[in-house]
Amino acid sequence: MPLDNPKGQSFRLVGSRPDRPDGIDKVTGRAKFGADMSAPGMLVGKLLRSPHAHARIRRIDIKKALALPGVKAIVTRDDFKEIEGDLRDVSRNVMARDKALYDGHAVAAVAAIDTATARKALKLIKVDYEILPHVTDVEEAMKPGAPVLHSDLFTQGVEPTPKKPSNIAKRHEFGHGDVAKGFAQADVVVERKFKNEATHQGYIEPHACLASVGNDGQGELWVCTQGHYAVRNVCASLLGMDVSKLRVTASEIGGGFGGKTTVFIEPVALALSRKAGKPVKIVMSREEVFRASGPTSSATVWVKIGIKKDGRITAGDAVLKYQGGAFPGSPVDMGAMSAFACYDLENVRAVGWDVVVNRPKQAAYRAPGAPISAFGVESVIDELAQKIGMDPIEVRLKNAAHEGTESSYGPTYGVIGLRATIEAAKVHPHYKAPLGPNQGRGIASGFWFNFGGQTCVSLNINIDGTVALAVGTPDIGGSRASMCLMAAEELGIGYDQVRTIVADTSSLGYNDISEGSRVTFSTGMATIQAARDAVKKLCGRAAQMWGISPEAVLWENGHAKPAGANAGDFPPLSLADIAKVAANTGGPIAGHCEVNAEGAGVSFSTHLCDVEIDPETGFTRVIRYTVIQDAGKAIHPSYVEGQYQGGAVQGIGWALNEEYIYGADGKLQNAGFLDYRIPVASDLPMIDTVIVEVPNPGHPYGLRGVGETSIVPPLAAVANAVSAAAKVRMTEIPMSPPKILKAMGEAQRR
Amino acid sequence: MSKVRVSTTINGDPVEYLCAAEETLLDVLRDRLGLTGSKEGCGTGDCGACSVTLDGRLVCSCLVLGAEAEGREVRTVEGIAKGDQLHPLQRKFIEHAALQCGICTPGFLVASKALLERNPNPTEHEIRFWLAGNLCRCTGYDKIVRAVVSAAAEMRESR
Amino acid sequence: MVQVVLWGSLKSATGGATKVEVEAANIRELLSRLGEKHPGLKPQLDRGVSVSIDGKIYRDAWFQPIPPGSEVFLLPRLAGG
Repeated sequence: MPLDNPKGQSFRLVGSRPDRPDGIDKVTGRAKFGADMSAPGMLVGKLLRSPHAHARIRRIDIKKALALPGVKAIVTRDDFKEIEGDLRDVSRNVMARDKALYDGHAVAAVAAIDTATARKALKLIKVDYEILPHVTDVEEAMKPGAPVLHSDLFTQGVEPTPKKPSNIAKRHEFGHGDVAKGFAQADVVVERKFKNEATHQGYIEPHACLASVGNDGQGELWVCTQGHYAVRNVCASLLGMDVSKLRVTASEIGGGFGGKTTVFIEPVALALSRKAGKPVKIVMSREEVFRASGPTSSATVWVKIGIKKDGRITAGDAVLKYQGGAFPGSPVDMGAMSAFACYDLENVRAVGWDVVVNRPKQAAYRAPGAPISAFGVESVIDELAQKIGMDPIEVRLKNAAHEGTESSYGPTYGVIGLRATIEAAKVHPHYKAPLGPNQGRGIASGFWFNFGGQTCVSLNINIDGTVALAVGTPDIGGSRASMCLMAAEELGIGYDQVRTIVADTSSLGYNDISEGSRVTFSTGMATIQAARDAVKKLCGRAAQMWGISPEAVLWENGHAKPAGANAGDFPPLSLADIAKVAANTGGPIAGHCEVNAEGAGVSFSTHLCDVEIDPETGFTRVIRYTVIQDAGKAIHPSYVEGQYQGGAVQGIGWALNEEYIYGADGKLQNAGFLDYRIPVASDLPMIDTVIVEVPNPGHPYGLRGVGETSIVPPLAAVANAVSAAAKVRMTEIPMSPPKILKAMGEAQRR
Repeated sequence: MSKVRVSTTINGDPVEYLCAAEETLLDVLRDRLGLTGSKEGCGTGDCGACSVTLDGRLVCSCLVLGAEAEGREVRTVEGIAKGDQLHPLQRKFIEHAALQCGICTPGFLVASKALLERNPNPTEHEIRFWLAGNLCRCTGYDKIVRAVVSAAAEMRESR
Repeated sequence: MVQVVLWGSLKSATGGATKVEVEAANIRELLSRLGEKHPGLKPQLDRGVSVSIDGKIYRDAWFQPIPPGSEVFLLPRLAGG
């Protein structure tokens, strides 16, 4: 859908900051999240998980556990059919088959009358494991002698296809031009290797669901998920159910950030319920969330960039190695595509290697893959700026991608807002704020694609002229408020007159997951179209009442009016006037939209970060932080700012404290919030935000998704600030105090 | 398995329940009493989503036994509003968009209320350190801190 | 004729070419012709790809027209968080 008015638009409601419709439920404790639902006769489900990083499962003996009074059902691999194709890995991740592939991999599950009984039963299940050698490090896993996870995995994307299986799933390559030629033209070339540890999305709500399958084979599932339609389709496939027999309702969701875009416990709960003939609730513990949901990749990133003394970049080259856990599919392709996406380069190449290791299968995490590659590229650009004695903002402005740039991943950009964010950074007071001793400033830019996707909404006009809007994308960060704003804007009624709900899977057509920064874009686009559909029908009813042609009626400020003097002289009819007599004019009035939303505009962001390092301890404090990002058009600016701030802080955590630590035994050593430390309030300053609006030509209001881009720059912005303060280039994150002290010590000795 | 009989006060109301000796107060609130406003984010006292007050003291209810509530006064998120009148903190959290997903919000409200009862005029620094035991992954805390500052100001004025 | 630019790692399926030409008026025709002409691409096409036409990325839209002279890129099927 194109931009309504490319010359500039004015809105009545869009861009204001009303209270969110689910606010009161959420401040009073009334909102129902995944674990808050219960059902009569409900059983408790618990999973038995592999204590080994890599082991063949010879035998599972459930006899004793099943005999325990109060145990109602046990499921193992035998209860899930072999699945080939797209869902094979998902199915094997949900329940291990021949091998347990990581510490925490599910091997059996019990449903019992209470938690204590279920726990006791788990202890009675005997699993006969043959322990195998394991590997958890990405570079180790790529070595020829490494323990091989899958005997049928042969590297794709290399010529010729290897005859021996390995842990290297795939090679990706993107780029254009001739990097060797570009480097030959450079005055200065910097080449460095970077490393990052795996992090977790860290949503505060653990995975939870309540499943109920009756003897008639019909199922109900209540679940906290980013995509209940996808959960329905995947679970139906895994369990051999008709899609129509499974109704999934999305609970309120306590954070997802990509981690709730797949299934873990849901098919298990359904299988247990089907076997027990009773509702089964499974709630993951925090330890299970860390060990057995979908963290992001750890990686090594090699970057080489050449620059002229005048600040023009001549070539960029990168090799990325991402582990994606125990199954292929790390986001290294998107890391490689986005690595240089901020720059207008003649010669560019990015090669990505997708690697499997004995860790949980990764899931998406906010702009999956992009922060990791941006950390390397934006760090090297910072270093090049220092080497040629140019302000890092000037270097970015000189090379920033713009309309007409052939992007590093292929397509030529249309209208984009990168330059606007860098220019806003340049004039922001933050950039001129004086720095004290042991303080440093970093800047970095970031890119994300943004997506559209399948979307279906239904907008019903109620008898009193209020509106019920049903959408199919779970609301993670306030999107219902944005939908109410857009529907009310179109219909010409008040914000409070629209109520938006997230409908279950039987009430609407398929909706893609709430991911890829797509909800406000796609569901918003569908809402606008559904409202316009309803307006057309409202005008038709008015035309009937006036006895004139529908084309002679226009909709203005919430009223049907005769289009002109020729149409006749009738007093305007409000939406409520028309709704009141709907029964007499043809029945209910509703607007619908089913669309595969295309035209999502790419998004750019530039961040400024100041840190202070304690030279005694190496402890780093972020003392000032500013996020500048293009939103195209901010529908509800408070929640746009919220996305900017939240993404930045997740990135700060990744840069400074967060990491998955595996022992030599292949077991996760810090599966809790005490040892996996996400940022707390006292770690942080206020996070300043600037919303830049460069309209997206592919949306009627010009909006671009805003959810993900904000986590792309912070790793590098913080690393550049720390490097400036420590006077030594930091190339490994998290930059924990010991790492910083060590680097400072080594630099002093040099 | 014999159960413990407990008489306590929750949000001002007398309540009696039976619970297992090892059962946490959080599980009693959620599973026995239907007060699901307190959330379990970790079960180890690290996230603060289960924050309640026990005789006015801020605690993680996942670290308190149900049996320990005997004879004491428990306050949860469900008791913050007076009927249909929201507490200023609740209004300010909505007004300042201090919640995105909202799972941590009950804990933040209980903790912030406990802070303002002790210190009606906290600095940003004091707010950040008082709330350091409550994890939020969506907001970056900025808007939460602003909401608490704003609620405190309003409460001081109306005093 | 539409000229399609493939991403680097697909060239093993096209005998080293990263630019290939096929006769196609929309995305569905493009994908089926590519598969016929370069069977090595089939597995990737079946797993899913995105198609960029003049800078706009499409994931599923079969009947999206490809105007003559458009800039067309085949990209991995993208997903987000």
